[in-house]
Amino acid sequence: MSQQPLLEVDNLKKYFPIQGGIFSRTVGHVRAVDGVSFSLNKGEALGLVGESGCGKSTTGRTILRLLDKTDGKVLFKGTEIHDLSRKDLRKMRPKMQLVFQDPYSSLNPRIKIGDAIGEALVDHGIASKNDIRDRVKEILTICGLAPYHIDRYPHEFSGGQRQRIGIARALIMNPEFIVADEPVSALDVSIQAQIINLLSDLQEQKNLTYLFISHDLSVVEHLCNRIGVMYLGSLVEMAPRDELFKQPLHPYTQALLSAIPVPDPTKKPERIVLQGDIPSPANPPSGCKFHTRCPFATDICKQAVPEYRDVGSNHYVACHLV
Amino acid sequence: MSQTVAESTAQDSKVQTIKPASPWRLAFKQLLKNKFAVGGLVVLVLMFLICFIGPFFSPYSLETMNIRNGNKPPNAAHWLGTDNLGRDILLRVMLAGRVSLLVGLVAMMISVAIGSTLGALAGYYRGWVDSIIMRLADIMMSIPSLPLLIILGAVLSDMKVPPDKRIYVVMFLLGFMSWPSLARLVRGQILMLREQEFMQAAEVLGLRDRRKIFRHLLPNTIPIIIVVATLMVAGAILQESVLSYLGLGVVPPTPSWGNMITAANNLIDFQKRPWLWVPPGVCIFFTVIAINVIGDGLRDVLDPKMKR
Repeated sequence: MSQQPLLEVDNLKKYFPIQGGIFSRTVGHVRAVDGVSFSLNKGEALGLVGESGCGKSTTGRTILRLLDKTDGKVLFKGTEIHDLSRKDLRKMRPKMQLVFQDPYSSLNPRIKIGDAIGEALVDHGIASKNDIRDRVKEILTICGLAPYHIDRYPHEFSGGQRQRIGIARALIMNPEFIVADEPVSALDVSIQAQIINLLSDLQEQKNLTYLFISHDLSVVEHLCNRIGVMYLGSLVEMAPRDELFKQPLHPYTQALLSAIPVPDPTKKPERIVLQGDIPSPANPPSGCKFHTRCPFATDICKQAVPEYRDVGSNHYVACHLV
Repeated sequence: MSQTVAESTAQDSKVQTIKPASPWRLAFKQLLKNKFAVGGLVVLVLMFLICFIGPFFSPYSLETMNIRNGNKPPNAAHWLGTDNLGRDILLRVMLAGRVSLLVGLVAMMISVAIGSTLGALAGYYRGWVDSIIMRLADIMMSIPSLPLLIILGAVLSDMKVPPDKRIYVVMFLLGFMSWPSLARLVRGQILMLREQEFMQAAEVLGLRDRRKIFRHLLPNTIPIIIVVATLMVAGAILQESVLSYLGLGVVPPTPSWGNMITAANNLIDFQKRPWLWVPPGVCIFFTVIAINVIGDGLRDVLDPKMKR
């Protein structure tokens, strides 16, 4: 396929300065995202998993330029997002949307949901004021809410409904690319399933492209056709879903997969339990970042950074032992 | 099963007819539970009614003077007596109330308009915009306001501004003097609000700055603005009284509560004719107390963090 990918991320880095001392000098950097590369084709859904603080959300937000990158490239349809002027960026915004983790703080408590969903259309001059109510009602129905909800305030909705509102707000702009930043982790399990089904239906209908960020592998398994595993700011493994679940190559991925609960009491789970805590991203270990917790670590892991390479059939991994 | 569905749809259609419970409605309901605030509200409404509708029922007019009938104590014809020129005190108190209340309200509006806009800009843009606005506010706050107002009032007298235009100047002066404290409060709130996730959502949607500031951020600071604005009205009425008492604010023949109290300057009037200066004094007292009590009530309702 010589088709241009919708999104290309190349060696993306995002460092946060640590300020200290009397004159608040920069004394170091938190390497939240440290060289992430991947590309996404139209209609694909990429899941990004990893434990808390590994830089998943920061990656998503830097791609959308909610945060400024430190280094690397973010090409959306061949355009570098971080080089756009404010005016051009504003025009580009509708095409890339974000669904938030917390359905409570992501809705302005003083704005009726109809206005919250429709206002971007007004602001961008996409629809006239008369059409907007109809379009908002339409999108509310698509997202599983009722048209008469349009004049209600956010506090009148439950968490799951609010998440639907958040999705509706992103969808009304007719985006091509959606970053979903842990959209279900604040919801209880039955509601999680509904929201995931909604997202997957929408993807089919509108041929959407997702970057789905989660710490829950079973959630990602349902929705994504490719999965990337992050550890301490870097991708350690990325593969098509089935391949990754059948044949995980990186020890960290193997440990994550073994932690998925199996709903079968007769089966004794073989859990790989990782020792120790995740190291500080301000002072990451030398060589392979995972060597401090890796059960198979050898001397080379401490010294050399493993190359992130293709091991065949679109399966990428960064490990010396593979 | 079908029954429950029918029930829920019936319920839905019922819910539909109920007006949306806006945060304001809820807040107002809660305010009505506060006895002091309700009392203040009643006093203030009465004061407004008396001042703005009362004069229409008065048989006298502001211009009619009758020196032979001057300095009469309260009687059946003149309920609050007359002044040295024979003018009806009740009518003058009511008309003075119009002036004082209006000065208080307009000064508050000017102050809110300047203070909330500048505060919002400072909080949203930060950086040099913030520095300039906040240093300006610091400067304004470090100048003692009363001496400055006295000087400005004296300058006005020197410039021979016609008495009927002076009210407007006083309104503007009072409004312009009191914006910094509000600007600071609003800025602090905006600094906090702009980090909320719904502002990131606004950024992702590509909304214009104007919409982000005036539709998303400022409405969330309205509770605080309302509380401060209410208290500002009281402050402006008091300051206007002080200025007018000193002869630097609203000057006769336009009556204001402050310049009516000037009668107390005269020892004979002070000792022998209390009906000249007690009524406007009482009006100021009750109006300011009523507004302050309402302000405190509003604060309890709208700003839960300040609750004791």
